Amino acid sequence: MSTYNVLVVEDSPTMRQLIVFALKRVRGLNIVEANDGVDGLKKISTEKFDLILTDINMPIMDGLKLVSLVRNDPNYKDVPIVIITTEGANEDKERAMAIGANDYITKPIQTIKIIEVARRLLNI
Amino acid sequence: MTDHDKDQQNRAEEFLQVFKKGAEFTHDLLKENERLRYQNLEIEQQLQHLHASSAGAPSEELLKKIEKLEMEKKEILGRIKHVEAENIDFANRYVEIENENNMLANLYIASYQLHSTLDFKEVLQVILEIVINLIGAEEFSILLLDEKTNRLQAVASEGLENKEIPTFELGEGIIGRMAKTGENYFIDELEGYERDFHHPVVCIPLKIKEHVIGVIVIYKLLVQKEKFNDVDYELFTLLAGHAATAIFSSKLYTESERKLNTIQGFIDLMTK
Repeated sequence: MSTYNVLVVEDSPTMRQLIVFALKRVRGLNIVEANDGVDGLKKISTEKFDLILTDINMPIMDGLKLVSLVRNDPNYKDVPIVIITTEGANEDKERAMAIGANDYITKPIQTIKIIEVARRLLNI
Repeated sequence: MTDHDKDQQNRAEEFLQVFKKGAEFTHDLLKENERLRYQNLEIEQQLQHLHASSAGAPSEELLKKIEKLEMEKKEILGRIKHVEAENIDFANRYVEIENENNMLANLYIASYQLHSTLDFKEVLQVILEIVINLIGAEEFSILLLDEKTNRLQAVASEGLENKEIPTFELGEGIIGRMAKTGENYFIDELEGYERDFHHPVVCIPLKIKEHVIGVIVIYKLLVQKEKFNDVDYELFTLLAGHAATAIFSSKLYTESERKLNTIQGFIDLMTK
């Protein structure tokens, strides 16, 4: 069975724990956590990920900046990125998708939704 | 006999000959006709016999087979219907279980995070995170009861400043009344609601057993949060108890830490 590396970038420990808890229910995932955009970038530079889930509102570097930087990296131009955010307006979603996100999940979080999106984007 | 008479006689004989031939031909035709009719009758009889012998018994067998197959088809269709109904039932139960799972995961993580620290500010932060991320509130505040003044005062807020929020007398207005009675308050109609500090969307008293130490008041939900779900009510119940004990313990711990530091400082001063 293949193993997929998944990066979760989220500053809230409660939220991060919830996302990791949901992803652990999908078999074959190796989950790595990052506290903010900068921490996420560091982890991306040392390890190859198959899926990235990120919050938008984070200190130091926000999720949108992270998405645009990741998309500029040729190694990550096709890696699926999922935004998980409180920003539920259509224009926020459109902006995130235009930058290069593949999916957009709004809070309050539904573990079922996270599992469904991860499975779909990883084709498992 | 004249030539004319002879000619007439010859013609009569010729006619007679032709007539005789015609009579013979007709006779032959009648015989042939009789023979053919006889043959036809025979063929018809044979056909009838064949029909009776070839179609009679097997058609009954075939009918029985058809009847049996029809019954089997009916049974199979019934089974398919039953399996389809079971599938729908399983799918519904799966969704229900997934929702339960989602709810339990949320409750477990909220509870785990609430009791993961004894730092008062961190506890308040965890409560804010739970209300934002798990309930989906945009503007809300945590108010604690000052037992000396009997007033509720904001100690942490999201989307609002603490100083914006007025203090509330215990027993007065919706917030004061909920703090006094320990009952949860939910607005009847979310649509068209405009923020009013005295009339929140939700007011949840923070209780240790029946003792209320404060309230959580919500004034605005996230734009995508249209209504409360079952999990929200469970979370509110959890918050009412667990957040209260977490706040109470962390406050006690912080106070005792501060006292300990003061005493330690005093001892150090005396012994040096």
